[in-house]
Amino acid sequence: MDLLRFATAGSVDDGKSTLIGRLLLDSKAIFEDQLEAVEATSQSRGYDYTDLALLTDGLRSEREQGITIDVAYRYFATPSRKFIIADTPGHVQYTRNMVTGASTADLGLVLVDARQGLTEQSRRHAVILSLLRVPHLVLAVNKMDLVDYDQKVYDSIHEEFTAFATKLNIPDLEVIPISALKGDNVVTRSEQMDWYSGPTLMHHLENVHVASDRDLVDVRFPVQYVIRPKSDAYHDYRGYAGRVAGGVLKPGDEVMALPSGLTSRIAGIDLFDKEVSEAFPPMSVTVRLEDDIDVSRGDMLCRPQNAPKPSQDIDAMICWMTNTPLSPRQKLAIKHTTRTGRALVKDIQYRLDVNTLHRDQDTKQLGLNEIGRVQLRTTVPLLCDPYVKNRTTGSFILIDEATGVTVGAGMINSNS
Amino acid sequence: MTITTHADYRLSQLDELEAESIHIFREVAAEFEKPVLMFSGGKDSIVMMRLAEKAFYPAKIPFPVLQVDTGYDFPEVLATRDNWVNRLGVRLIVASVEQAIKDGVVVDDGKTSRNRLQIGTLLNALETEGFTAAFGGGRRDEEKARAKERVYSHRDEFGQWDPKNQRPELWSLYNGRIHEGEHMRIFPLSNWTELDIWHYIGREEIEIPSIYFSHQRRVFQRDGMLLSESEFNPLRPGETVEERTVRFRTVGDLTLTGCVESEAATIPEIIDEIAIARVTERGATRGDDRFSEAAMEDRKKEGYF
Repeated sequence: MDLLRFATAGSVDDGKSTLIGRLLLDSKAIFEDQLEAVEATSQSRGYDYTDLALLTDGLRSEREQGITIDVAYRYFATPSRKFIIADTPGHVQYTRNMVTGASTADLGLVLVDARQGLTEQSRRHAVILSLLRVPHLVLAVNKMDLVDYDQKVYDSIHEEFTAFATKLNIPDLEVIPISALKGDNVVTRSEQMDWYSGPTLMHHLENVHVASDRDLVDVRFPVQYVIRPKSDAYHDYRGYAGRVAGGVLKPGDEVMALPSGLTSRIAGIDLFDKEVSEAFPPMSVTVRLEDDIDVSRGDMLCRPQNAPKPSQDIDAMICWMTNTPLSPRQKLAIKHTTRTGRALVKDIQYRLDVNTLHRDQDTKQLGLNEIGRVQLRTTVPLLCDPYVKNRTTGSFILIDEATGVTVGAGMINSNS
Repeated sequence: MTITTHADYRLSQLDELEAESIHIFREVAAEFEKPVLMFSGGKDSIVMMRLAEKAFYPAKIPFPVLQVDTGYDFPEVLATRDNWVNRLGVRLIVASVEQAIKDGVVVDDGKTSRNRLQIGTLLNALETEGFTAAFGGGRRDEEKARAKERVYSHRDEFGQWDPKNQRPELWSLYNGRIHEGEHMRIFPLSNWTELDIWHYIGREEIEIPSIYFSHQRRVFQRDGMLLSESEFNPLRPGETVEERTVRFRTVGDLTLTGCVESEAATIPEIIDEIAIARVTERGATRGDDRFSEAAMEDRKKEGYF
């Protein structure tokens, strides 16, 4: 059994919460007491049917407002996979939540209401998922029951979306007609839509191939923590602990430490009290080297012939997440892999309109929930790759030094 | 020495969850001045101990372990706690609710549950010792209010959680910046479910308190729950004690933690039982969560685990 993380996007009216409620219910991740509570609430509000959306509306303030205001994580499992859903709200002002939810997702699920067709919002969701390099996208055409399960409705939405998606980077797209409320094509195949021969949503989630999404070629090992037991039994033990961000590490491999450029060979790779013959993403391991070279937190192990170029000049797409706008000359703290430093905003090249993909070069600021292309100068060189190559070594967060709050998320275009 | 290989470069869900949690433990140890692991003796905090052990092996866990003693803890749980602490050679700090009542840190008005009095006791212990990060065993699948909890959950100088003022958490880049007097709650098990925890305990063959397994116990009914007979649990009129075959699904204050009738005596049997269980673990056996639908949200705001 393996793990699939997916992010959902859609507005209150697209039936997203109902769909998640359906997935949880049909995979038995919902328990009797939770269902009873929801049935009771639905009845007391005079609904004709059980409102599955109530299952996922978490915080009381949200329940009162009837909207989801933050990323919520849900869990369910089938015999073949465990699923983690990052459930994000769809409103325009909540781009930051979608970016957050998409950052860890293997798959993005966008919902549209079959009666409405593609909206500005569904396009925006697809743009954000593609910016965050979520490798698999599912467009669920929901509420098919309300358009008499009409194939023409599905076809026209499919066509329109495919045309739009050519402008984006979406390696894998699946368009599925469903009714979250009635259960059509969610877990069980719909009897109403025999014209549709593709997979049900659950079948697709269970079988989508994610193994090749990770970079198994370019070795990237950000050192997190140096393990030195200082005990009699392990007097000379010195291990570099971290999580593999790319490539496959093996004992005997020649490695180079950055930024020093010193080289050595891997003496052994430890996973607790066992030695492993290989380490690959996303394993957390401890690497021992043959030579006693100076390596500490924030450094990176890679291969001598395949190393990122340390750089202090960073060109990145940034999603801004706080009320005070981002402006040139602003100074912020930056965290990239296990490195922390400071960054100066040198230039804001353009602001990207996530609805139209238009590049607005006149604005020199990024407001809350806006995304733009920004040039940064950092105090420490970043050991980074373009985000398209590696989502771990290509991403960073920006932190306001006064408040300590995370205010920006960055995806590196290139380093010069 | 064992060599393990992975032919297809895929991790099982348990290996991936373990790798993520180990990453979190190391990140906190590297970035925070004074972390502490909150240990309840329950299965989740035991899994946390195991992950911390793995994260720093062959070195010892580089932070102490803090337990809040309600005074109403199950003796089996305290025994397991001591075995773990001794085996790993970590420092154990016990913050006693009893002592906190005596010192006037919290007020026992006879109506407030021990679980609730733990909040003040815990916050006081964190403040006195100056801990800047406290690992907790909370999981997002436990309760609706926890579904939005961050891995790094910021607490203000009053130890409070503000659901509207949590930091966005992207990729695996955790932001551990805090101001003087504030601290961070860290939840390394955020993405684990109850079943994951049990599968992991089974795979790792680690010791958990015996009360999780089916046993004979003298119990009585109260508010639809089966509570253990105990000197701390005086019977009310109409309540009668009888012997049943039971086990506990969660571990807490024994005056409030109910057991369920069960024949599950091994981990595979417990997993089978949970796989078909139709009631969430908290809903079934935790009196303190049943007082209101938003009970957990309220306690979290005050600084509960």
